[in-house]
Amino acid sequence: MAVTHTTHAAHEEHALPWWRRYIFSMDHKVIGIQYLFTSLFMAVIGGFLAMLIRMQLGFPTAKFYWAQWLFPGGFTNNQIKPDFYLAVVTMHGTIMIFFVLTTALSGGFGNFLIPLQIGARDMAFPFLNMLSYWLYPPAIVVLLASFFVTGGAASAGWTAYPPLSALRNAVPGSQMGQTLWLVALAILIIAFLFGSLNYITTILQMRTRGMSLTRLPLTIWGLFVTAVLMLFSFPVLFAAAIMLLFDRTLGTSFFIPSGLVVGNQLVQHQGGNPLLWQHLFWFLGHPEVYVLILPPMGIVSEVMTANARKPIFGYLFMVGSIIAIAFLSFLVWGHHMYVSGMHPLVGAAFMTTTLAIAIPSAVKTFNWLATLWRAKIRFNTAMLFAIGFVSLFVTGGLTGIFLGSPAIDMYFQDTFFVVAHFHFVMASAALFGIFAGTYHWLPKMFGRMMNERLGKIHFWFTFVGIYATFFPMHFAGIAGMMRRIFSTTIYEHLQGLAGVNIFISVAAFLLGLAQLIFIYNLFWSIFRGERAGRNPWQATTLEWEAPSPPPHGNFGPQLPEVHRWPYDYSLPGASQDFVPQTVPVSAVPAPVHGGAEPDGGPAS
Amino acid sequence: MIETAERTANRAAARNLSLGILLMVVVGGVGSFLLSRARWWMPPGASAQAADIDRLFTTTLVVTGIAFILVHVLLALFVWQGGRREQAAYFPEHKTLELSYTLVPAAILVTLVSMGAVVWARVHQPAPAGALLVEVRAEQFGWLFRYPGADGTLARVDPTLINARTNPLGIDPADAAAGDDIVTRELHLVTGRPVHIRLRAKDVIHSFYVPAFRVKQDAVPGMTLDVVFTPTRAGAYEIACAELCGVGHYIMRGKITVEAQEAFDRWLATQAPAAP
Repeated sequence: MAVTHTTHAAHEEHALPWWRRYIFSMDHKVIGIQYLFTSLFMAVIGGFLAMLIRMQLGFPTAKFYWAQWLFPGGFTNNQIKPDFYLAVVTMHGTIMIFFVLTTALSGGFGNFLIPLQIGARDMAFPFLNMLSYWLYPPAIVVLLASFFVTGGAASAGWTAYPPLSALRNAVPGSQMGQTLWLVALAILIIAFLFGSLNYITTILQMRTRGMSLTRLPLTIWGLFVTAVLMLFSFPVLFAAAIMLLFDRTLGTSFFIPSGLVVGNQLVQHQGGNPLLWQHLFWFLGHPEVYVLILPPMGIVSEVMTANARKPIFGYLFMVGSIIAIAFLSFLVWGHHMYVSGMHPLVGAAFMTTTLAIAIPSAVKTFNWLATLWRAKIRFNTAMLFAIGFVSLFVTGGLTGIFLGSPAIDMYFQDTFFVVAHFHFVMASAALFGIFAGTYHWLPKMFGRMMNERLGKIHFWFTFVGIYATFFPMHFAGIAGMMRRIFSTTIYEHLQGLAGVNIFISVAAFLLGLAQLIFIYNLFWSIFRGERAGRNPWQATTLEWEAPSPPPHGNFGPQLPEVHRWPYDYSLPGASQDFVPQTVPVSAVPAPVHGGAEPDGGPAS
Repeated sequence: MIETAERTANRAAARNLSLGILLMVVVGGVGSFLLSRARWWMPPGASAQAADIDRLFTTTLVVTGIAFILVHVLLALFVWQGGRREQAAYFPEHKTLELSYTLVPAAILVTLVSMGAVVWARVHQPAPAGALLVEVRAEQFGWLFRYPGADGTLARVDPTLINARTNPLGIDPADAAAGDDIVTRELHLVTGRPVHIRLRAKDVIHSFYVPAFRVKQDAVPGMTLDVVFTPTRAGAYEIACAELCGVGHYIMRGKITVEAQEAFDRWLATQAPAAP
């Protein structure tokens, strides 16, 4: 069957016009790369919005003539207007979480890597896959169009709590902007669901011969469990978004209680409950942060083991903790709601599950440390980002222990301490996963190496920039600075924070500028980079068996066959320091250990 | 020759990253926390529960601080060594090691959960007898307060009766308890006397946040929520809205005065009853 498929595939590639090969392509690699570059485009927008936020918080009295020229409606007297500020904050969060990190990790790396690493020629449903990508640009258009409608873009925060997001006169962005926000999100969710279905089916059904579940690379485990999370959690947000859309347009009252008075007018709704939205939203919202962190965990494991020239430590515990994190992630959403009005006893229950999720996270951290112990490390840019990821994940994870405890959270909820926490553990760590993956797999995507010198400069500016930007936010939070405030000037307890905020803003500007190095390096390397061979990192997994870049159908006439687990680095007795998964046990024996058994071992 | 150059470069990279982690993350992280303690920290606690919460915070800070230092020092050490080693070990698993670093964090977290649960339960004690009852009503973008007056009962409210000028809370004059309710624009509390707040919102979600009291509770339209605490130090404090509530969110400030019972009584006497 494989052989017929190949000939068919090869035939197909030649017969297809260019726009079917590069634009409306059904090839998972093209779709993955489309997802990555579209995410990069959105990251530029989302990052720019972050700069606007930092301009206001760091330099509230400065005048920005260019910004007034750029956003005539959002600025007045060369200063940002409070309602535009809220739109910027909301759109920064929405874009970065849904339109950059989720799309780049699951859409980009998921699409590119899954068939290659499991030894398949493509996804199970290539057409659905193409459809998944092509729902993404319309969602972007709808989302960005909201900047240009009456009232401006949505401004109720990325969490869109009703009634603020439900009532048109509650905030300017709650007019057309909020409706477009909900529609854009609904479209994107459909794209995500198409993708998840595809990934789950492909990983379960299309693994090549010998690729048992315990021989899957950890990247695939991360992407697989992420797809399951998305499939179970995103429909809940979809339903909630539709309900909120109904409340806004059809006069239903899912989230709006009776007796509200907004702008001196009695609101004609009754029977709804604003907390319902929070429960539905966070039932997605918490798994979502693991949607953003499980794939980077897999990518980092992969990059780390290849560059440490040492097997990943504790493969089974790694897989087990991914599954444990995923399971628990459905049981912790209430920790976003300790002070929401939810009963305190429920808060106590959520504290228990929340701190329980720290255990598998700690296991993963120690496993990475043990992988680095007694390793022979090759410090390329991908490895620097992988090691940086561990640092960011630990720093951000530990502050989660404060926020998981409701009594402490009572002080920190909705302060910059929370902003610091999730920018470390979720945003920056996920970004480091994306960078590690890009430097590691770009040679496979385009057959060219990325420039290492620029890569290292990029790493150092980014690593230092992230700590300089987000670490001081803890102090702003400890001093009691609320998030999403336009200005700190009127509060007594925030008077001393001007210096901290200036420092954060300057660091953020440098961090933002440093990303231009990456973008330059990316495009330069795609066209001018040193040519990459089939396996430039001397890695063991299947994608390195394919040519760089892999042709349509990925592998030659014969699909690779797998004989061992993915991490036989520095195997004693082997002639070189890595043994690819395709090397039979008869050629290089594999030791029997508890993780993934070689052929002939108990598990095969 | 070329290989040696590569090896030297690799060693230098290991050294840089190792030092980067030690200096920036460990020294910088711990150092900036110490600096922050002196300059940017929580306002001094001014409620009975603040001491409990601060103690829990400090304990968590010490525990996580140790973990932070430990992990980063190990990371820096392994990075340093990894740049000089000629041969990596084949060391794919070690069940005892893995189990121990599963169980030790678990034990520490169970301890923190138990401590957290005790403080959380104490924060949510029902209001004791003799607590000062006061309604706090949040709206875009300000706070109103209502004291029950001599009868100790807050009169019924009806949103349809709300009139921004004459009856901002929508108190129902038909209710017998309405006559002596006192509506104020500032919150006055009594030093050492427990407070029982009935928290409501008029339009969207707000959050009643008093940093010095370590108190935060969302004000949710359609719900009346209880907040109980005891201010312990006389002085002026601020309410900050902590939940995004609209364009004026950043100016939604309220004023609190904590004073002795006699001063409080004098102040209350100067406030006119609300109902017509």
